[in-house]
Amino acid sequence: MNNSQLLKGSKKERELKELAFLTILYLCVTVAIVTLMTLIYDVISTGYSRLLSDYELGLINKVTIDNPKDFLTSLDSRDPLKAGIGPAFAGTIWLMVIVIASTFPLGAGAAIYLQEFAPRNKLTRFIELNLTNLAGVPSVIYGLMGLAVFVRLAGFGRSVLSGGLTLTLLILPVVIVASREALKAVPDTIRQGALALGSTRFQAIFRQVVPSAIPGMVTGMVLGLSRAIGETAPLIFMGALTYVNYYPDTPLSGFTAIPIQVYNWIGYPQSEWKDTSSAGIILLLGLLLSMNALALIIRNRFEKDW
Amino acid sequence: MTKLKFTSLLLILSLLVVACGDSNETSSDDLTDGEELVTQTTVESTNEVSEPAVETLTGEILIDGSSTVFPITQAVAEEFTILNPDVKISVGVSGTGGGFKKFCPGETMISNASRAIKDKEVALCEENNTNYLEVQVGIDALSVVIPSSNDWATCLTVDELNLIWVADSSVSSWSEVRSAFPDVPIDLYGPGTDSGTFDFFNEEITGETGSRSDYTASEDDNVLVNGVSGSQGGLGYFGLAYYEENKDKLNAVQVDAGNGCQPPEAAFEGNYFLARPLYVYISESVKEDQVVKAFIDFYFEAMDIIVPAVGYVPMLEDQKANALSAWQNFSS
Repeated sequence: MNNSQLLKGSKKERELKELAFLTILYLCVTVAIVTLMTLIYDVISTGYSRLLSDYELGLINKVTIDNPKDFLTSLDSRDPLKAGIGPAFAGTIWLMVIVIASTFPLGAGAAIYLQEFAPRNKLTRFIELNLTNLAGVPSVIYGLMGLAVFVRLAGFGRSVLSGGLTLTLLILPVVIVASREALKAVPDTIRQGALALGSTRFQAIFRQVVPSAIPGMVTGMVLGLSRAIGETAPLIFMGALTYVNYYPDTPLSGFTAIPIQVYNWIGYPQSEWKDTSSAGIILLLGLLLSMNALALIIRNRFEKDW
Repeated sequence: MTKLKFTSLLLILSLLVVACGDSNETSSDDLTDGEELVTQTTVESTNEVSEPAVETLTGEILIDGSSTVFPITQAVAEEFTILNPDVKISVGVSGTGGGFKKFCPGETMISNASRAIKDKEVALCEENNTNYLEVQVGIDALSVVIPSSNDWATCLTVDELNLIWVADSSVSSWSEVRSAFPDVPIDLYGPGTDSGTFDFFNEEITGETGSRSDYTASEDDNVLVNGVSGSQGGLGYFGLAYYEENKDKLNAVQVDAGNGCQPPEAAFEGNYFLARPLYVYISESVKEDQVVKAFIDFYFEAMDIIVPAVGYVPMLEDQKANALSAWQNFSS
């Protein structure tokens, strides 16, 4: 490439162009941040009063109900000021546990096999192509598949287990791709060094390569998990409930989850529901952001520079 | 990396905003909420007095079906839980049709329905040997609404509504509906074709020919409210509850079905044309079940208070008496 072609115009002109380009880039970033901030501000300003039980206590004391109810622990209600997110919160926690327990072995296992052991042939290329395609399948499709496979075929019913496994399928392709990238980032010298010292292939991979790739793999998994808990459509199609008056106590219990609850509240005609659904959104946002923060911490703590 | 830093920064920021919020703030809105709470709690306490929980019931009740009936069943379940905390109740929202798909094979015990069961679903239930009882629990008064800036279309006849909504209708201006109306373009809003509200409206208004399809459709009634109120020539239809909550922005069109102009509120006296019955279907397999029996008994007791509280119209006395005696025959 001939550099002189790029250096057209006077120096001043070029500097001006650079400034204009930078300004455009800054504007792009600002639009994204302002949109996000407006959304977050809107949700927090309408929802915080409902999230803090003090607000409710004041009202409730006026009408002398024995048990002041807390948003995070009480059941859903027809009254927006009494409605709590308890069972949905518990349902989401159950989903998270099941998704973690099933995604970690499956995702890491598949990634290690594909990256470290699988021969490079047509079959593996076909699998890789499928994984990339699966990552782009609309989430509703996974809901229908969960209904057919876990609810009906496996006989788990419309339980929190079926829901968790459905979400696992949803994020598995993303997690596998992210884990493979993490494994790929481990320099080949590590493998060769271990092999040169007489370790078997198995020892080289599980004692050297995988531990070095763990931060990247965990980050991918946590980000996948954040996506999973924000999903509504696959759960609704799989047959999750909308109102339950109990906390799920076994993996086979029926359940509802925070996004379903929020979706249901927003559809009500009474304007007070807006505060209540915003409070639900804040809780979901809080969960998501804390998980992203967790991914960040893990990454910073264990990341290695080669 | 930077993205992650940014999100964690957001987390901290959001926590700060929550923490700094003034929790003692009480606006005038909140006071009206308080008043509502007063009336509702007195209602609850009378319920508790009239039916003290003598024996504690334990068991499970599985309910699914219509999103229209959901608020009623949910509210009944909520009150029932206060009396019987050990009964597990779950209510899903799969739509009336989706509800029957689970009800007939025996996956649920009670099905919410915003229309009567269709032949196809009756056949499905017969295949699975599921017998059932249909119980009406309330009425939804479909409200035909216009923005409050519309001062001409206060009352429309069924024929005029048909003229506007029928398939292939060419009506595009209010003046084509009645010559006295101004020449304002008509802007139509309604529910999607999957909705029971759509089915009922078209059964009553457009009949066999069916509905035109060139209108703005949404499953979210709050979207329809915003659409109609934001357009001078707007016209839409949805359940009474969404009109009642938006009376400041919307007017309900009175409907004339040959007996004079009637507002949707006339449904309380049984005089409104677009009043549709809401049902629950109860499987015969659970009629011996003490928990389900107690729940349905309680449903009848609570419906006079709960149905209007969630924005629907209670049944007339004789309708309720009929439904109750049908249930008592079924369960005994």
